[in-house]
Amino acid sequence: MEAFDYIEMKVPAKAEYIGVMRLTLSGIANRMSFSYDAIEDLKVAISEAVTNAVEHAYGENESGEITVGFGLYEDRIEIMVADRGGSFNLEEVKSETGPYRSDEPVEKIREGGFGLFLIEALMDEVKINNKYGVMVIMTKYNREEEVDMDDDQVSTIQ
Amino acid sequence: MTEGVIMNLSVKINEDSNLKVLEVSGEIDAYTAPELKESLMPLIRESGNQVEVDLEDVQYMDSTGLGVFVSALKTSKESGSHFTLKNVQGRVYRIFEITGLSEIIDIKAVIRGGNE
Repeated sequence: MEAFDYIEMKVPAKAEYIGVMRLTLSGIANRMSFSYDAIEDLKVAISEAVTNAVEHAYGENESGEITVGFGLYEDRIEIMVADRGGSFNLEEVKSETGPYRSDEPVEKIREGGFGLFLIEALMDEVKINNKYGVMVIMTKYNREEEVDMDDDQVSTIQ
Repeated sequence: MTEGVIMNLSVKINEDSNLKVLEVSGEIDAYTAPELKESLMPLIRESGNQVEVDLEDVQYMDSTGLGVFVSALKTSKESGSHFTLKNVQGRVYRIFEITGLSEIIDIKAVIRGGNE
């Protein structure tokens, strides 16, 4: 089996811990020598995943936890964000996500729904498991060469 | 939490008749976005206001920030105020670009290469 280091954290499902997870990941990715731009992408992706868990997993008067796991491989980082809250209809969520299209009138633009879309745009691989709560598993490869900011959309490396 | 390590958000409002400039500094995420929304929306709701949000000191923003600005844009169309963003850091601008929102939100200036 491929060797990797694993780090796991549990935080309360509260918005004030989103920044903590972001800083933690920034430290880990820096340790792995990810580029500045890649670290910024990772920070947005983990924030989106944790925000999703904070906002959807538990009801207002419910308290819960979010588990975040980091798999540190030679060539990539794998991040898992899991909640144990009620599951939601993934297909429905996915159908409501995506970029703004110029034929849409301003009044129709969603105020949410960009989160999952951003995760998919910024990470190389994204898997979502919706069986017991929601688990997002996302991977970013550590490329040797700096990738230009403007053409770093969805990667082709699989 | 130590301030400066976990960046929170601060919003300063400079008013000169109908021109309202919001200087935002810190990080915009789900924790801090409500504070931004609370400062921004009352100004947007007043018809005739010219509201500028200066993002020069915002180094991080995610989709919750986009949500606030989309909401501001919609409300400005209804109330007849005008809403612009200025001095957006390249990293933050990228989030507007990826989501296509840079096409509809009036963004005056983008700071490129702020990461050197």
